[in-house]
Amino acid sequence: MPNQDPTERRVVVTGPSRRSRPTSGYYRPRTEIDEQTTLGHTYVRSLMRTQLRAALAVFAFLVLLVGPLPLLFAAMPDARRLEWVVLGFGLYVPLVLLARWYVGRAERNERDFVRLVEDR
Amino acid sequence: MNSSFAVPAVALVVLATVFVGAFGLRISRTTSDFYVASRTVGPRLNAAAISGEYLSAASFLGIAGLVLVQGPDMLWYPVGYTAGYLVLLLFVAAPLRRSGAYTLPDFAEARLASQAVRRLAGAFVVGVGWLYLLPQLQGAGLTLSVLTDAPQWLGGVIVAAVVVATVAAGGMRSITFVQAFQYWLKLTALLVPALFLILAWQSDGAPRHAFEEPVTFREQRVVRVDDSLDLKLERPLTVTVSGTVDGRPHDDQRLELPAGTHHIERGTRLTFAKGATVPAAERSSTGGMSTSLAAGREERPLYATYGLILATFLGTMGLPHVVVRFYTSPHGVAARRTTVAVLALIGCFYLLPPVYGALGRLYAPELTITGDADAAVLLLPERMIGGLGGDLLGALVAGGAFAAFLSTASGLTMAVAGVLTQDVLPSRGVRHFRLGTVLAMAVPLAASVIVGGLPVADAVGLAFAVSASSFCPLLVLGIWWRRLTPPGAAAGMLVGGGSAFVAVAATMAGFPRTGALHALLAWPALWSVPLGFLTMMLVSLATAGRVPAGTAAILARFHLPEELRAEVKA
Repeated sequence: MPNQDPTERRVVVTGPSRRSRPTSGYYRPRTEIDEQTTLGHTYVRSLMRTQLRAALAVFAFLVLLVGPLPLLFAAMPDARRLEWVVLGFGLYVPLVLLARWYVGRAERNERDFVRLVEDR
Repeated sequence: MNSSFAVPAVALVVLATVFVGAFGLRISRTTSDFYVASRTVGPRLNAAAISGEYLSAASFLGIAGLVLVQGPDMLWYPVGYTAGYLVLLLFVAAPLRRSGAYTLPDFAEARLASQAVRRLAGAFVVGVGWLYLLPQLQGAGLTLSVLTDAPQWLGGVIVAAVVVATVAAGGMRSITFVQAFQYWLKLTALLVPALFLILAWQSDGAPRHAFEEPVTFREQRVVRVDDSLDLKLERPLTVTVSGTVDGRPHDDQRLELPAGTHHIERGTRLTFAKGATVPAAERSSTGGMSTSLAAGREERPLYATYGLILATFLGTMGLPHVVVRFYTSPHGVAARRTTVAVLALIGCFYLLPPVYGALGRLYAPELTITGDADAAVLLLPERMIGGLGGDLLGALVAGGAFAAFLSTASGLTMAVAGVLTQDVLPSRGVRHFRLGTVLAMAVPLAASVIVGGLPVADAVGLAFAVSASSFCPLLVLGIWWRRLTPPGAAAGMLVGGGSAFVAVAATMAGFPRTGALHALLAWPALWSVPLGFLTMMLVSLATAGRVPAGTAAILARFHLPEELRAEVKA
């Protein structure tokens, strides 16, 4: 804005306080992440990859569990009672168990990651 | 049905909703309270609220009706509604909460730094929200007209008024309490009568042929046809007729109808003998929840089943009222745990509709002919138990059904109003949020009064298919794929969601009545979801130069645990 009086424009400059900067290389991985260096991105990428792998593993389980069922029921048109029992009452418990398994795994991945970057 | 208990029960539910909402109002003070309940809702309360919001009219009445009419294949609906939450948990829950956005448009803007994509996502949210609100209002109308002789539009108007009042008054804080309360109310309203019904079934000698195809009448049953319909017979049927069949009047005559289609005039009384097969009725469009695309299923059941599975598994994550709820969790870990609790809660609930469906096949099979299959849940207590107990249990079910309409409609109104306030109306104050609420409800209410008989299951199916082919690619690729660009996201949403929308709209307009094309258009998810993903990825790769500058930092924020991020900000 060239027409503006330079004295009117106030700019507030902020930044991380010096005190909080680590003086040694002790917290290195975390600093890399904070400052978005290439190495920091590599850490984040590795976390994303582990989490995606966990998600895909459970998803594959879900597909294997549910995917063949319509084919199975179509192949056995006389097994009506089986279809009622499986679809009506049998699938909810496995779904909840899969969810619990995934949450445990995802939280463990995150704990491991925190331990890694905090170098504990 | 005896309405002397049902009407007070419905009134009680409405009053309790307003009361619990007012309780939330007392502690809802800030704008943040309003939109996200100040992000302090713990997993248990939030899970009950999410489940309460999610279990809609389609779940409470529709599934039992669908199962009654079309058999156990329809049980894929509740399975899909539940498994949708598992997919949401796997790919979306924690990163979505950590993104810090409030609505899907917020997410699109934060991830892609593009106003255009934000507006497009907003348009889809409003569209899907309105599509999903319509069946809630129509379901309310149906229930009230089954219980009393009220006109069809009255129930919708009551639900709309109560929802606008509670949402506009208390916002998210008050809605959270209302929804949590309504989950438990709905579970009780279905569980207690179910226990009594099972006892009645036991004392009846526990007949088991509910699982057999086709359904047969257990005793002689007189059916009055209120709307003209076509009966489709696969084998000859003997029936006593008073009225007009195939254009010829009969008076209490025994008829041997050959296999084929027969036209029954309205007002005809059909008497079926014990053990007779229940014929399949065909009608153009009556606005019931269980009619819908039934004809399409017979042609390609396997294709249709897989289409249904894909749409519900992937569509849940993009439903506007579901997504908004995740921002009310305090952090990503809580968002995940909340989702597991939600899975357990809705899984428990969905054990009950199949019970009603199976008992309906035994004790009220004629509902498939009269077209009131959605009322099976409401009618069974009176039919099987009768007397004062049956009336009281029927009243409990009716109250629960109203809780279902109220809670889902509140959540949807909340989500649509949020988008309207932020992106359409000029400024962002609580006052404008209230205006947005009125607007969010006015459009579907007007549509439900004017349009009337849009098949409810179609509107719900359409909402899921559109959401699965537009928001699912946006969320999954936005969270896990670095190379997503704004043009790619916009193209994917338009092509995937747009084509799903056009396909189902064409089916509802009755464009291709038969053949492979009909099945493809009636169950679009199987091709429209891959199409949405593929378009999004290919266009993103073609415009690789337009990857937003802050992508790496944003993805880090989505995925890093909060304990690391807190220090980044400090």
